[in-house]
Parts: sequence; structure tokens; C-alpha cells
Amino acid sequence: MSSVQIRDVRKSFGNFEVLHGVTIPIEDGEFVVLVGPSGCGKSTLLRMLAGLENITSGTISIGDRVVNNVQPKERDIAMVFQNYALYPHMTVADNMGFSLKLRGAKQEEISTRVKRAAEILALTPLLERYPRQLSGGQRQRVAMGRAIVRDPQVFLFDEPLSNLDAKLRVAMRTEIKELHQRLKTTTVYVTHDQIEAMTMADKIVVMHDGIVEQMGTPLELYDTPANQFVAGFIGSPAMNFLKGKLKSNGSAGFEGPNGVKLPLKTAPANSDGQPAVYGVRPEHFTIADDGAEAEIIVVEPTGSETQVFAKLGGEQVVAVFRERHQFSPGDKIRLKPDPSLVHLFDETTGKRLNG
Amino acid sequence: MADIAITPAKSQIREASSWDQLKHNRNWLGFWFMVPAMAFLILFLAYPLGLGIWLSFTDTKIGRVGQFIGYENYEWLWDDAIFWLSVFNTLLYTFVASAIKFGIGLYLALLLNENMPFKALLRAAVLIPFIVPTVLSALAFWWIFDSQFSIISWSLKHLGLINENINFLGDTTWARICVIFANIWRGVPFVAITLLAGLQTVSPSLYEAATLDGASRWQMFRHITYPLLTPIIAVVMTFSVLFTFTDFQLIWAMTRGGPVNATHLMATLSYQRAIIAGQLGEGAAIASAMIPFLLAAIMVSWFGLQRRKWQQGENND
Repeated sequence: MSSVQIRDVRKSFGNFEVLHGVTIPIEDGEFVVLVGPSGCGKSTLLRMLAGLENITSGTISIGDRVVNNVQPKERDIAMVFQNYALYPHMTVADNMGFSLKLRGAKQEEISTRVKRAAEILALTPLLERYPRQLSGGQRQRVAMGRAIVRDPQVFLFDEPLSNLDAKLRVAMRTEIKELHQRLKTTTVYVTHDQIEAMTMADKIVVMHDGIVEQMGTPLELYDTPANQFVAGFIGSPAMNFLKGKLKSNGSAGFEGPNGVKLPLKTAPANSDGQPAVYGVRPEHFTIADDGAEAEIIVVEPTGSETQVFAKLGGEQVVAVFRERHQFSPGDKIRLKPDPSLVHLFDETTGKRLNG
Repeated sequence: MADIAITPAKSQIREASSWDQLKHNRNWLGFWFMVPAMAFLILFLAYPLGLGIWLSFTDTKIGRVGQFIGYENYEWLWDDAIFWLSVFNTLLYTFVASAIKFGIGLYLALLLNENMPFKALLRAAVLIPFIVPTVLSALAFWWIFDSQFSIISWSLKHLGLINENINFLGDTTWARICVIFANIWRGVPFVAITLLAGLQTVSPSLYEAATLDGASRWQMFRHITYPLLTPIIAVVMTFSVLFTFTDFQLIWAMTRGGPVNATHLMATLSYQRAIIAGQLGEGAAIASAMIPFLLAAIMVSWFGLQRRKWQQGENND
């Protein structure tokens, strides 16, 4: 186990720069999730960490050693690929023991370590099977087993759950998290699924267009997103954004689209009349007499909660209620955002305005 | 009233005749779809093969219908030194040429699978020997190996390495080397392109995983590329052996079996005895004598081609 330091790392393919100076400190034993939309550079960064891509500039160090020019096999890392990359002509046991075999380990040592890893992952009855004879979830576990056997400094996961069906994905999520709690190996996990990021990470790194938008614990990112991109990316359903003007003369407030009055706890100083974006999470709406009038378009009950799509000041917003209201499309309701949980963003830069 | 209403309807439904059932039988229909292909195979493969085997048991000559003479042709061949020489030549030709074709073909395939400039152009260029009609390339080789005008002799002489022309097609050893060389030149593209196709089915992520597992380039070839390629190697080498074993055109155009029968293959000897000398029965016996060898090659591939254990099971990756 060891820490990983990514310092001002850039990556270009020809003249096209995909990573524009990324700095991420990763502590020993930490579970870090790189999350972002497709093409944000997260997988490229992971592959650079593994040594499968060159580093154009900047440094990556594992432990105290800068690994820019260190061969992948010397980096002491193990990676789980999206398509598992299991060797089809080797049994599960051979797949797991391959790296040890290449390093010239003794047959007994290989089989003890493979057996131990197989026990951890409940793969013991499958050791003599070939990858084709396994289900998707089992293959996924074999891929993890191959990583565990080596007892590496760092685990790398490249979207490992995206080939699984929804139910299995949730189960494997828990399994990976549990595995990390047990082995405490530094882990870097790439995904485009913010739920995976939220549920598994010690630290989330939100990436977008080759830069780090924000880094922090899942709840920090949820409670105080640094900008509009992170605010919209983290949380499901996504945060509602309403454009309008700040009011700070007298009591603080916000004038939304078509003059809708929205509550605000405090406005930034000297901001009267300044255009801004008002962000409110669907779960932070309540029904109140002093709320803004909205017309219901669609009601989607999921059992545990109800999602309500409504027009507020001409803009579509979504609100989530845990209590059961008797709503039907066309109804007029009064929606009130919780003023203490409202987010304000700069209209042009998207930066967060309130603390 | 009810009875009257029902009766006429009843009379319209008749029992389906066996002809009706046959018309709707998918197997029956399938059989008729197969008939044209079957007819072709019987007419152009099974019938000539059967006729050849039948002729080998007769004393048929050109212009004379033969009589059944049992194994007499084979008994003759058993004591015929030239026949045994042709068997030796054929085996030598097949094994040496196939082994070298496999080596060079695999090497070229690995090379062409790498990322390099003009990849598409190079891949196309490799196919050229395969596209040129055999007789034309044989004629070109004939000139290249000519005793007087050989470009190889000319070049070596000008480099001062030899003083006299090499008698390529006149010397028994040289002649064998030359025809094997020509066969390799012609056969390598087939092996290379087929193996290249096989290489491209190997997922690049396996190599990435192996890189992280610490495999060197040689270990990747040894533990990943080669085992994953074995099924396609079995196919391509079976075909290569069959094509080489039955080769006729190249030899006939370059040496006609000479000098002193040193390059006579079973196919060329059969042609010479049957068509040139007119001994159809004896020629057919030589051709039929190839069958056990070919069957042996097919048996080898039959076992080589069986699905390996790791290929079984569902394929949903």
C-alpha cells in the first residue's frame, strides 16, 4: 500500500490536449473515484497511472517514487478492466496466478495465494473453470481476484461494473467496497456513474473536459458543489437551475424566470440586481403556502418517493417528495425551496457564489 | 336447423393428405434446397474421384477401354523406383515448404499486426504472390533460375562471388531448392493473411492485462498470442499442406519433374504417366495413392480443429 501523487499531469494525443494539468493527491489506503462524463479524460488518466499511456508532462508518483519512466510491471499496480480482459484459454486459477508465474514464483506459493484470493471472493468452486463458462458477475470477480493475488500497492478499476446488469451492479458495488475495507489497498476507481462514485468513494474527483472540477468527500460535493457543473453532475435527479437576478437590498431574495420570487437566506454583498443561477435540489422543495406557484406536468411515483415534474415560472423543474401527496397533472401547487439549502452560481463562470 | 348449418362447413374440411403434409414439411423443403449443391458436388467431385479410383483398378489406356485387373497397377508401382522417388519428393516438398511457409507467414502476420506507416498498403502488397496466376509466376521463376540468363547468377558474378552460372534447375539439389522456394513464395501470403485475421481477433486488452501482469514481448507471444491462435493455425496449416501436397502447376511449368525425376511429385508423375504416356490406369493408381496421405493430413486437422476446452461454453463477451 502506498500513496499516489498526481502533479500537474498533461496528456496530448498529437496536437490535441486531453488532460490540461491535473493534480490529485491520493492518500495511503484511500478509495478515490474519478467520475465525469465520457471523454473527460478519466480513463486516460487511469491508464497513465497504470503505465499504458505516456505522460506528456507533469509527474505521477507511487509511494516516494516518480513512475513516469517506470515500466508498467515495475509499478506494482493491478488493474481491473472494463471488459475484464481474462485470458480465455486459461482456467480461473491460471488467470489469477499468471502474474506470479511470470515472476517465477514457486508452484506452491502460486496455489496458496490463488486459493486465499479465491476464498475472499468466493471463487473456490470455480477455480478449474474457463472464463467462457462463467457468468458476468463471476468474471468480474475473477478479474478482481487476479488483482488481489498480486497484493499490489494500488488497485486500478476502469469502469468495472458497466458491463453488468443493474441488479448485479449494485451487489458488486457493495462487494468492492467491502473488499476495500478488508484489504485497505489504495484504490483508484473510474466510472461515469455518479451513484457509484457517491456510494463507494472516500474521495470523489469530478473531471470534465480534461480538468478537475472539484475534489472532496461525497457529501462535500453534494452539499457545497464548487460550480454549476459539479452541482448538476452529482445527485439524482439532477439539481434544478433557474436563471434570474439577485436581490440584496432589504431582505435577501432571488427573482427567477418571469418574475418568480424565490427565497434566499443571505445574498452576497453588493450583489443587488446581479444576474445569477439559482440551484435547488429536487429533494429540497417543500409544499408551502408562501411557495411559488407551479403547474404539475407529470407525476412519477417510485414507491419510496414521488418525482413531480412541474412548470415554475415557465421553466420545468423536478421535485421529489417522500411523503405521499395526491397530485395529478394540471394541478397547481406551491413549491418552496429550503432557503438554507439553496445554491447560487455565477451566470457566466458557473462558480459558486454562496458559502 | 342447427344440423343443416353445420353439415356443409364440415364437408369442406378434408383430411390433410400425405402430399399436403409433405408440402409443409421443412425437412422435405430443405432437402430440395440442398439438391443443386449436392448435384454439383456429386458431378464434379464424387464422380471424378470414383472414376479415378475405378480406373486405377483397370488397364485403361487413351483410346482403349480397359478391363478390371485388380491390384496389378499398384503391384507395378510397388516395384517402381520412380514412383517411390516421387513419394519421397512429395513428402519432402510438402514438409519443408509448409514448415517454412508457417514460419515466414506467422512472422509476417505478427509484423503486419503492428502499428506502422502504410499498414494497409503493405497488407495489400503481401497478397501479390497469391493473386498472380501460378503459371505466370512459375514462368518468372523459370527465368530467374535459368541456367544462362538467371539474374541471381548474373548478380553474384558481378559481385565477384562466383565465376560460373549456377545450374539452378539442372542440378538435382538446386532444382529441389528452387521449386520449394517458388512454392513458399506463392504460399506465404495465404498463411500470413489468414494468421493476421486470427491475430486481429485477439482483444488488445489482453495484451494490456499481460503488460501489467509483467509479461515480456516473448512471454506475451508464448502465453497469449500462440495459444489463442492455435485453432486458426490448425485450419491454415491443414489447407497449406493439402495445397502443397497436390501441387502440380508450379512444378510442371518450372521443371516438368526433372532433372532425373528429382522434382517429380506424385501429381506430376500421375499426369505424365496418364496423359502424356497414355497409361490412364497407372496414372490413376498414382493419383489414388495420394488419398491415404491426404486422409492422414485431414485426420490430423480433424483432431487439431476440435474445439478446445476453453472454447466451449457460451460466448457473450
